[in-house]
Amino acid sequence: MATNNIPNHKYVIETSDLEIFYGSFKAVTGVNMKIERNKITAIIGPSGCGKSTLLRAFNRMNELYAGTSIQGLVTFEGEDIYAPHVDPVEVRYRIGMVFQKPNPFPKSIYENIAWTARIHGYKGNMNELVESSLRQAALWEEVKDKLHQSGLSLSGGQQQRLCIARAISIKPEVILMDEPASALDPIATLRIEELMQELKKNYTIIIVTHNMQQAARASDYTAMMMLSGEGERSGTVIEFGETNRIFTNPKHKRTEDYVTGRFG
Amino acid sequence: MAGLSLEKTFEKKASTSNLRRKTRWGETFIQALLFFSGFFSIFTTVGIVYVLGKEALLFFQMPEVDLLATFTTTEWKPQIGKFGIWPLLNATLMTTLIAMLIAIPLGVAVAIYLSEYANPRVRNTLKPILEVLAGIPTIVYGYFALTFMTPLLREIFGRDVVQIYNTASAGLVMGILILPLITSMTEDALSAVPRSLREAAFGMGATKLEVALQIVVPAALSGIAAAIIVGISRAIGETMIVAVAAGAGPNFTFSPFTGAETITGHIVRISGGDLSYDSVDYNSIFALGLFLFFVTLTLNITSQAIVRRFREVYE
Amino acid sequence: MKEKAVVQGFTDNLDARNRKGVIWHVLFQVSTVIGIVALIALMLNIINGAFGYIAYEARVDPDTLAVDGTPLTEQSQEQLVTLLQSTLSRGAYNKLENEKPFARRPREEVYQLVLERIIRPEIVGVWNLWPSITDADEIRTTVAQEHPNAELEFVSWLTSDFVSRPQTSEPLTAGVRTAILGSLWTILFTILLAFPIGVGAAIYLEEYASDTWLNRLIQTNINNLAGVPSIVYGILGLAIFVRTLEPLTSGEVFGLVDPTTASGRTVLSAGLTLGLLVLPIIIINAREAIRAVPRSLRNASFGVGATKWQTVWSHVLPNAMPGILTGTILAISRAIGETAPLVVVGASTAISFDPSSPFSKFTTLPIQIYQWTSRPQDEFRSLAAATILVLLILLLSLNASAVLLRNRFSRKF
Repeated sequence: MATNNIPNHKYVIETSDLEIFYGSFKAVTGVNMKIERNKITAIIGPSGCGKSTLLRAFNRMNELYAGTSIQGLVTFEGEDIYAPHVDPVEVRYRIGMVFQKPNPFPKSIYENIAWTARIHGYKGNMNELVESSLRQAALWEEVKDKLHQSGLSLSGGQQQRLCIARAISIKPEVILMDEPASALDPIATLRIEELMQELKKNYTIIIVTHNMQQAARASDYTAMMMLSGEGERSGTVIEFGETNRIFTNPKHKRTEDYVTGRFG
Repeated sequence: MAGLSLEKTFEKKASTSNLRRKTRWGETFIQALLFFSGFFSIFTTVGIVYVLGKEALLFFQMPEVDLLATFTTTEWKPQIGKFGIWPLLNATLMTTLIAMLIAIPLGVAVAIYLSEYANPRVRNTLKPILEVLAGIPTIVYGYFALTFMTPLLREIFGRDVVQIYNTASAGLVMGILILPLITSMTEDALSAVPRSLREAAFGMGATKLEVALQIVVPAALSGIAAAIIVGISRAIGETMIVAVAAGAGPNFTFSPFTGAETITGHIVRISGGDLSYDSVDYNSIFALGLFLFFVTLTLNITSQAIVRRFREVYE
Repeated sequence: MKEKAVVQGFTDNLDARNRKGVIWHVLFQVSTVIGIVALIALMLNIINGAFGYIAYEARVDPDTLAVDGTPLTEQSQEQLVTLLQSTLSRGAYNKLENEKPFARRPREEVYQLVLERIIRPEIVGVWNLWPSITDADEIRTTVAQEHPNAELEFVSWLTSDFVSRPQTSEPLTAGVRTAILGSLWTILFTILLAFPIGVGAAIYLEEYASDTWLNRLIQTNINNLAGVPSIVYGILGLAIFVRTLEPLTSGEVFGLVDPTTASGRTVLSAGLTLGLLVLPIIIINAREAIRAVPRSLRNASFGVGATKWQTVWSHVLPNAMPGILTGTILAISRAIGETAPLVVVGASTAISFDPSSPFSKFTTLPIQIYQWTSRPQDEFRSLAAATILVLLILLLSLNASAVLLRNRFSRKF
């Protein structure tokens, strides 16, 4: 039943007092964020404070591992994605993900995209879809003559762009990126960052990165994550706002220490 | 006083020792012993090939036996000099086929369930059960085939259709015997598929089934193929289940409900009776044994080659 | 969830995909259940066969054998011997006397002989456990009608007597002591052969062997041998141990030939054949155990100037021993359950004397099961079921000790 298809929220994803648990261990605590549509939001912070865990809560990927649970609210287009009637498969159809280490399927470049589209019932012209996805990922020119070679035969940077092409082939509304360039060389990293600027015209992007300069360069909003302190080992977002402000005029001393390099 | 003597000891050491390599006879002797132990297994293989080969040769050299006829005729009646291998081979193939029809789908299904679906508690209860199934001696399975499976089949299909000794019963129970083997090898292959591959598929919004059947299983295919081949090899060499339940007496038939003797069953029956050395029967054991050895060896080598050659590259 | 804005080309197939997922999930679970059901059926079937009603008639009424009012069950050893002497033929009596003089036989043994040879109870009906429970009355009336002289008793075929009595041809008096001892004697020789050579080979391959073609050949060879059907080992054993090495295995060389055999079909041949069979298993398991010993331990030993063998003997082996022992127990379990190779090597079908030397005739538990299962009468099936229980209990204890061993020693490290 198609209801009102026009999204009527300014914020695509919102969290409210979000807490994430591994068994009884609270990994993330008290997160309140609003992710704006068609913007790039970066989550930064020192390693071990739960950035990836937080990101994976947005597409319910944490559930793949036994014993994880959340408390609080995560909404997508105003709807609670953890509600009992919600299918995680559907969530991941609309909120896509690119992983830290490129993980193309051991199939051909063509099939990586085609299989993904096919399982979601794509009945249109597959060649066109593959081409358009690869173009959007800035990979088409490099692979157009070898579409039937294995995805694993590409370089690291190319593999990651293939994973991006794969993710956007099913037109998600949000793309989650978990340190997408950390396994890549600087030139490939730059290309990914340029790609993100193009992609944000059509998609909302949330990126986790440990590279501060990358966050400062590429993102519109930044969330600063840290261990909540006083012996607690849960991470929390201690500050969230426009990137410019965070990096030039942070409200919290810990944020300031981090972005000026004094800490982390 | 003590300090002085310690000095003296080290002094002594310095003056008498040099860094040249000492010949240690004890070490060399032990190393030779260990090498012999390692080499011993070669004797076993050489023994098998030589001994079986020699006697098999005697068999084929006997006046009653014609090599071509062995593989082309379908009667095995030593008393009248007929040595067509097909009745025995056919029964072996039938029991193997029936066993595989059970063991492959069920074995792979259980492996997929264990690897992709089951939670740790279920896995920890199921895996020991599979180990128990695998550890039960085959004669016990034979008893089961004769006293449970055959009456069951006779109930289902009728007493006049299913004979008391039949290959279906033996084949089905053999399938149960081999199932744990296939499950464990398949599960190993599935577990070897890296987690990142599953994550990629889940991240694209695939269902659990799609991930399991369209991503993980194809990625583990060489391991699964190897498991199946090993299972077939096991079925061909299985003896006691068929000896007890399949029938005594070569019988060339395609009906699984009648009795027939497999190669292994035949060997056991012949050697269980009065056997005089160098009789035709005695020598035939070796010919059949040699055949078995080469068939299973080929299957096992193929299985290892498949794993080596087609080992999937995931990353 | 609220509908996604329709994207060109994509169809709404989530429900269908989820339905398919559920169907296959059920299929997978059903497969697993089938496996479990098979195991349960196996166990229940055996238990069903090992208990139940039997109806038996004595061919000779024991009451007629009472002497001066003393019933048979209370007669002394001498009275029983006299009874045997007067009833059996001279030849039969002398044969028994030659096998073992009556003076040396305990009363229980002589009583067994009386039961076996004179009274000779004959089984007229056997029922499995399930019918015994559900059709008890029907059975009673049938027996009363058809065999009015018969005794109807609910028995367990598996009793302590069963385990301690020797094998006989009469189902009611048969026991598996001969088979148990045969199994144990056989395994003894199996381990004597396979353990030293197996562990030695494992040490050689893991600690000493360099990557030459010969060593790679040895490794491939061992892996292949592990997959050879056990009956082929039996054939090998027949040709080498039973025939070619007959002077050795029959004990001729030592002058200790078993008077009733005079052939190579002895416990020794059986043990050696199984030794060859389990050798690859021991090697493979021992190698894994040795490989698991941490490099740091070896480094420490070499670091203080120890030789290779000193390192192996004093550090690697002790550390790997629990794993090696577990592998050995696995090998023993496998060997105890093997039937086919021993049939080929020549297990005896009718012996009633415990093995007394490596050169005795032999039978083992699996062989006993095979023989009894192959007889058409129901009572032999029941005997087979009881023997299976004995075998399974033996295997269970072996494996339990292996698990205990593994746990106890893994906690240490």
